Amino acid sequence: MPILMTILQRLLYAALLLIAVLVLNFSMMNLAPGDVADTIAASMGGADAELMAQIRAEYGLDQPFFVQLGSYIGRVLTFDLGYSYFYNQPVTKLIFERLPATLLLVIVAQVLAIVIGVLLGVYSARNPNGFANYFVTLFALFGYAAPVFWTGILLLIAFSLKIPLFPVAGMMDVTVEGGWFIRALDIAHHMVLPVITLGSIFLALYSRLCRAAMLEVLGSDYIRTAKAKGLSPRSVTLKHALKNALPPVITLAGLQFSAVISGAVLVETVFSWPGLGQLALTSILARDTPTILGILFFSALVVIVGNLLTDLALRAVDPRVRGRE
Amino acid sequence: MTEHFKSFLVATALSTVVAIGASAQEPVRGGTLVTAMGTTPRHLNPAVQSGIVTGAPGAQLFAAPLRYDEDWTPQPYLAESWEWSEDGMTMTLKLVEDARFHDGVPITSEDVAFSVETIKENHPFKTMFSPVTSVDTPDPHTAVLNLSQPHPALLLAMSSQLMPIIPKHIYGDGQDPKSHPRNSVDVVGSGPFKLVEFAPDQHVILERNDDFFMDGRPYLDRIVFRIIKDASSRAIGIENGELDLLTFENTVRNIARMQKNGDLTVTDEGYAAIGALNWLAFNTGSDGPLADKRVRQAIAYAIDKNFILKAIMQDLSQDAKTGIHPGSPLYESEVNGYDLDLDKANALLDEAGYETGANGTRFSLTIDYGNPTTKPQAEFTKAALSKVGIDVTVNSYVDFPTWAQKISNHNFDMTWDTVFNWGDPVIGVHRTYASDNIKPGVIWSNTQQYSNPRIDELMAQAGVEIDADKRRALYVEFQEILAEDLPVYWTNTVPYHTIYSNKVGNPPLGIWGSSTPYDRVYLKP
Repeated sequence: MPILMTILQRLLYAALLLIAVLVLNFSMMNLAPGDVADTIAASMGGADAELMAQIRAEYGLDQPFFVQLGSYIGRVLTFDLGYSYFYNQPVTKLIFERLPATLLLVIVAQVLAIVIGVLLGVYSARNPNGFANYFVTLFALFGYAAPVFWTGILLLIAFSLKIPLFPVAGMMDVTVEGGWFIRALDIAHHMVLPVITLGSIFLALYSRLCRAAMLEVLGSDYIRTAKAKGLSPRSVTLKHALKNALPPVITLAGLQFSAVISGAVLVETVFSWPGLGQLALTSILARDTPTILGILFFSALVVIVGNLLTDLALRAVDPRVRGRE
Repeated sequence: MTEHFKSFLVATALSTVVAIGASAQEPVRGGTLVTAMGTTPRHLNPAVQSGIVTGAPGAQLFAAPLRYDEDWTPQPYLAESWEWSEDGMTMTLKLVEDARFHDGVPITSEDVAFSVETIKENHPFKTMFSPVTSVDTPDPHTAVLNLSQPHPALLLAMSSQLMPIIPKHIYGDGQDPKSHPRNSVDVVGSGPFKLVEFAPDQHVILERNDDFFMDGRPYLDRIVFRIIKDASSRAIGIENGELDLLTFENTVRNIARMQKNGDLTVTDEGYAAIGALNWLAFNTGSDGPLADKRVRQAIAYAIDKNFILKAIMQDLSQDAKTGIHPGSPLYESEVNGYDLDLDKANALLDEAGYETGANGTRFSLTIDYGNPTTKPQAEFTKAALSKVGIDVTVNSYVDFPTWAQKISNHNFDMTWDTVFNWGDPVIGVHRTYASDNIKPGVIWSNTQQYSNPRIDELMAQAGVEIDADKRRALYVEFQEILAEDLPVYWTNTVPYHTIYSNKVGNPPLGIWGSSTPYDRVYLKP
């Protein structure tokens, strides 16, 4: 029962949070000078006053702020995210076309970063003076410090230009024809560099954190007891130590989920990955308010679901969390 | 025979000679051309969406009455002939007989009339068709444009970028053409290529129109416009062979690198009609020193244009001394270009009454630049003007709407800007200097608040002058006066370049560049 209560409580918070996200962002968008009529004029290389007034009237931008806000929130409550000013298409359609691409990129990058990060962390904690340890430290510093777009361009120059192993941009090759398997392979081929770029920052974080947590746990009394019992080193590391070192990694993974999404904006731009990040960039530059709010709405939703999953995962690995409730 | 038809014949004869001379290789059928665009088009209907990103795929989907190659002489396209009346008050178009839209419906003069009407109503460049009062359709293949005054700008306006012929049976259904669903889905035109798929932020895929009205063309089977926003990624794409053609590249660093690549050809041809210029705009209507033309002249003398051309643009752009692109036959190069002269600058400032103060400064100004590509010019201007005692603060407004609001509401001193000519001066040049185009809130109107009755008069006369020589003379005087008044200080053409793999034959290098039909483009085997 308590778990159901927790989930219900979370959902209520989530709903309130989503409304707050929308109101806050709507207000901020309104505070910024200029609107979509300006950006449409820019995309056309000029405009006349009449046309701009017409655009503003059509999208209700000539209405007072509170009228606009009210009608927007009203529509969102009926699950209508409105029409994109810039693309003249329903926002939900635009987002659902992009969401899978972003989720694919973000989830694969995140999972790989966690798995490899934990493995590297465990390995270097077991061999604190080995070569791997220095490698992890160096890699962590580098991966975390290097800007995403720089890593991306560098990888492109190395593995797309100098050694042409991977395509330079996009999610699939439009000239490739074949069954789903061929297409999946094609997408995987296009994904390699973006995933490495996005994953590298987080890999660094997870490996450092896991290493620190493992070192701490490995020094504790019950590990000594386990060793004294004659358990194999592998069993001590994986069953006793790692399980106790994981909670901080999981917490961080949950927290970083939002950062992965924002990182996706940069990665998607460099690699022309047709996801939400690119849509977000285009619509922010275009002052396409309904699309931006729609994207923020979905990103908030993804973060909330991510956090909820983190909590559930924590409960699974750490009985103390369950006990507290 | 009209004067235009004569010059057309001469041009055709000439281009035939050139073609024979250069046709070492016969164009071949087949293949997919992969090119790229840096931004995603809003949709694909150039009749209601101006701009170069819609223009390139739009020119493939929709045919226009006329087309242009490397020179400024019109060529037949959907119109097999075009003729001014003696008084220049009507333009009669004869359409080719067997042209059909992609859905098989024949193209008639009704579609021409409908297109003119739609563009006149919805296109942002009102001066293009505002003199057109009505379009008569005496028979299905004759369209007569009736004008309220002679309108030579019509010739350049009747090209793919500005006057696509759109099907009345689709867009005439009563829906607002600006937000018509068929602008992005199942787009039907009569151009050399048909739409396969438009995926925003991903690609526009086109395939050969087998029923194209020009026999044997197009040569390509497919064109893929990939949307790649990052300039470095596009450069890598053409270097590793994934892309065949790039247009509108202006990152000088990348261009310089690609010039060294033996597999690629880099050229600045193809941008004369679009006519993109960089300039430093002055708010001549402000209360400050910029209202005085001597101050504006002094600023121009203090800025070393050579530094901009050589160091910032790395010799990749041309010197532009006036508001008309140097590639246009109307450009006048014999005007004052304001070569660096600090003594003159100081003298002019003294004469204007702005003596150097105790702190070594005469007065302070701001530069609010928007387009991030003009950042080096903005910073260089600050350094240059400090030498003549003008203290400049540089503000960056890279968010377009913020910048546009500031400039268009005349709330600025100076800004670096990029503005396009869009073919005829009536379309893209007059708007910057016409005193009746000072319109708060409208970017790229006369945001300088410049007003000179003689300039207004010259524009009015040149706008209706059919005789090419007389027209040029009017524009020469126009450019001379502007170079003296200096509402903006023009420095250079935007270093737009076309880069293509050497396997591309007949790349789009005509005056309208990528906004021309790619029916002659082919891939060498």
